[in-house]
Amino acid sequence: MEITTHSLWTLIHGMGFGALYLLAGSGALFAIYQRLQPASPASQSIQNNRFLGAYLSLMAALAWLSVLSGTYIIYPWYRFPAPAGTANLAAYPRALLLAHSATSGWHSVGMEWKEHVAWLVPIAITATAFVVLRYGRELPRNPQLRSVLLVFVGSSLIAAGIAGFFGAMLDKNAPVDGGQTIHITGGERQ
Amino acid sequence: MTLSRELIEQDPPLRPNGSAAAAILAAGIGSISLAVITIAGDRSAGVKALLTFYRPTGPLSGVTTTALGVWILTWLILDRLWHRRELPLLKINIASIALLFLSFLGTFPPIGDLF
Repeated sequence: MEITTHSLWTLIHGMGFGALYLLAGSGALFAIYQRLQPASPASQSIQNNRFLGAYLSLMAALAWLSVLSGTYIIYPWYRFPAPAGTANLAAYPRALLLAHSATSGWHSVGMEWKEHVAWLVPIAITATAFVVLRYGRELPRNPQLRSVLLVFVGSSLIAAGIAGFFGAMLDKNAPVDGGQTIHITGGERQ
Repeated sequence: MTLSRELIEQDPPLRPNGSAAAAILAAGIGSISLAVITIAGDRSAGVKALLTFYRPTGPLSGVTTTALGVWILTWLILDRLWHRRELPLLKINIASIALLFLSFLGTFPPIGDLF
């Protein structure tokens, strides 16, 4: 069983940072909606509010790690141009997708949207984390602030979902692969 | 620790909402600036070249770095101006959500290409 360094980074970026963010997002929506209601005893607890602030800060860290690793580690491998006359484009995912009309849309719509819309996620969740850390105990008495935070977290989940969906489809059609091979374990011969 | 020990005074005075308003509006402005810079880079080869801050990543490096700069700068300025003020949050929320919605549309290539 082996994996290349480029594949490992796509796993860390997508299945690590990205998928963890999506999993954490539903919890954040629930916490902001339920725990910060005026009638909720949890809303008045300093510890609960600190926990929610820390939880959202962790989500912000995941979002930043995801966009930074995607933009500055994986994307350069994805867009690396194929030398003229290259017949086998497997090592050049962008060129491979654009070489066929059936797959070019995965780049021109999918990647083009993913690479930009993903950056809305850290912006929205960082603002949310800041407001909860600063105004945590006041949120139950401020429905307007609660509502906009729900919209921000919801929007960040939609943006992360778009990026995750296209990331998975792009990797299915033209995987980013290459680099050094890491040997994980030996298998049994049939 | 029991819940009652975690509780402190039930209704402490509300802080001015200016810092929250600054964070919320700055996020909207940062988001729309991402969409606007993306469209500008697609429309002009000159802008695209200017936005290539880091060659392996191409113009995406400049688009995102510039948008983040606009976001952080806007946030700092608004927070400095508003942190002691009580502001009409509903209007600011609506404006920020509208900007966020438009940035989703603006970054979507079939719509961004219309400009």
